[in-house]
Amino acid sequence: MSELKVKPLKPRDQPAGQATAAAGVAETESTETVNPEELREEHAQRQQHQHQQIEELDQETLQKILYQMVLIRRFEEKAAEAYTLGKIGGFCHLYIGQEAVAVGALSAIRDDDYVMTSYRDHGHALARGTSADEVMAELYGKAGGCSAGKGGSMHLFDRDAHFLGGHGIVGGQIPLATGVAFAAKYKGTGQVSLVFFGEAAVNQGALHESFNMAQLWKLPCVYFCENNQYGMGTSLARAMSLQDVSQKAHAYGMASEFVDGMDVLAVREATARAVARARDESLPTLIEVRTYRVMGHSMPDPGNYRTRAEIEKHQERDPVKLFSDSLKHKGVMDDAAIKELEDRVRAEVEHSIKFAEESPLPAPEELYTNVYANPPRGYGQ
Amino acid sequence: MQRDENVFLLGEEVAAYQGAYKVSKGLLEEFGEKRVIDSPITELGFAGLGVGAAMVGLRPVIEFMTFNFSILATDQIVNSAAKMLYMSGGQFKIPIVFRGPNGSAYQVSSQHSQALESWYAHFPGLKVVMPSTAADAKGLLKSAIRDDDPVIFMEQERMYGMKGEVPDDPDFTIPLGVADIKREGKDATIVARSLTVPLALKAAEELEKEGVSVEVVDPRTIRPLDIDTIIRSVQKTNRVVIVEESHAFCGVGAEISAQIMERAFDYLDAPVKRISSADAPMPYAKNLEQLALPDVAKIVAAVREVLYL
Repeated sequence: MSELKVKPLKPRDQPAGQATAAAGVAETESTETVNPEELREEHAQRQQHQHQQIEELDQETLQKILYQMVLIRRFEEKAAEAYTLGKIGGFCHLYIGQEAVAVGALSAIRDDDYVMTSYRDHGHALARGTSADEVMAELYGKAGGCSAGKGGSMHLFDRDAHFLGGHGIVGGQIPLATGVAFAAKYKGTGQVSLVFFGEAAVNQGALHESFNMAQLWKLPCVYFCENNQYGMGTSLARAMSLQDVSQKAHAYGMASEFVDGMDVLAVREATARAVARARDESLPTLIEVRTYRVMGHSMPDPGNYRTRAEIEKHQERDPVKLFSDSLKHKGVMDDAAIKELEDRVRAEVEHSIKFAEESPLPAPEELYTNVYANPPRGYGQ
Repeated sequence: MQRDENVFLLGEEVAAYQGAYKVSKGLLEEFGEKRVIDSPITELGFAGLGVGAAMVGLRPVIEFMTFNFSILATDQIVNSAAKMLYMSGGQFKIPIVFRGPNGSAYQVSSQHSQALESWYAHFPGLKVVMPSTAADAKGLLKSAIRDDDPVIFMEQERMYGMKGEVPDDPDFTIPLGVADIKREGKDATIVARSLTVPLALKAAEELEKEGVSVEVVDPRTIRPLDIDTIIRSVQKTNRVVIVEESHAFCGVGAEISAQIMERAFDYLDAPVKRISSADAPMPYAKNLEQLALPDVAKIVAAVREVLYL
């Protein structure tokens, strides 16, 4: 088995008495996954870590990371607003609170590497470089959307950006990404396949089947479990027998890491290690990223299964604020530069709304296009 | 596989064992273990792996030891393969073939002896192929592998032992969506597929002795369905029997029957008759198994019925 190159930052302790806890655990118990003392200590560690790491990165990279995180935050806030106005239909799963994961991970890979994720996909598309215009237009169901208005919020795709989509069935993207890694190895391109999923997907058979194949066939795939503590309304404690997700890789002899998802640079570093393992040794890695979903599961979810206090506790550790404070502290950006960045983001998001509003609806004949690449004679007539 | 380096075969026992039914005999030796790959028993996983590989330019041939086991993989076939091109707005085509035996086998009871074509034919985005002769199997499989869409290629376990002439031309292909008239006739049409084609031909021979001329139409692909050829035959004979190994309820026969009614109602001199598997799981006992499946006698009786003989 590949050894961990870095000690896990702070894996979650298994709550005492876990084995005897039956179904129907009271919500108040289940939501208390971390205590405030532990959080403060963690936060201080995280600040210290970021301050050190900032010195090792160039200004352009650091500013780009902050720009993308702020862009995702503001984009999602705008999407929530547009959803409540009835401009966006169906499901709309927001990424607020988890920005450091997609941005940190995707800042550490090559342009020709592949990225795939679940239905909570706006952040990954934006971090991959798909324009806010095209993402917003897709949410609006317009022809100018990145999936031509046919996929919607859950199915953003961008072939040019090597972004292979948001996928709607929990865990369904995991075997797909494993196949992408298989193809990269088959063709000998040196590309790496990255796949993101929530912790609820860890209970799906698709994940375990994929882990087995990836390690057995030595595929260059990096599996990111974005552990945001909730599978829709069910907390981790109520859904998973062994909650230390990173340990699941051990059953397959696969390397794994636990990383702090509130620290964008920690995610970036862990990704760089896993990607190197994939590219140089053709081996997969599981990275458990502990993060927190600030919003409900999807827009209509009021989140009654957790307390306001719990959410606020996590917001104190906000990854965007932490990183911008760190950049200020280290003198990389001052208030004026951050304000200028915020203004650029605001303009980009405002433009995306304008673009989405003005983009035409898909033409009626599009109903029957793209069903087949080689359409049968007379199909759709 | 000789023609295109991007084609590979992956499935259970396809390489070292040379196929559970020896379908892949000699392939490992010719193409090596990079392109002929033994998979763990992990249908959902390897079906999804194939779809992912197809997204980025490979042309996988994924073998199910039988289509009974494909049920574990339906999420990846239906939710990923069939819909990827559409929901990506045309950006990601999925050129993949899922193949293996479908339909009845000999005395293997309920879980190993069933016909699943109506499941897969239900979904736009998939193509479904069911050859009934060795030559058709060759020509259609090549077309399926060269096609840019996901193709469900259904063979028949009981037919693996049948022999037939096959063209030598390495580029011999049969286009998907073109029916074949396996026997011409003028009094009644039998629409049959896969294993029921040889049964229908035998029934036609017997009926010929009574002076009844039967046309046997083999659609060869279920989706796209060459309904035009079927309709032309119905317009000629005015009587139809549809024979299938699947259950009748919500089956392909029901679809063909509905389309005949919609497009050739005025040509029908008798109601369309279906011969399907019994509306029960497949039994193990030999006598019950025979009762459950279509056979020559049932087909002959059905043709006589639509002819009011």
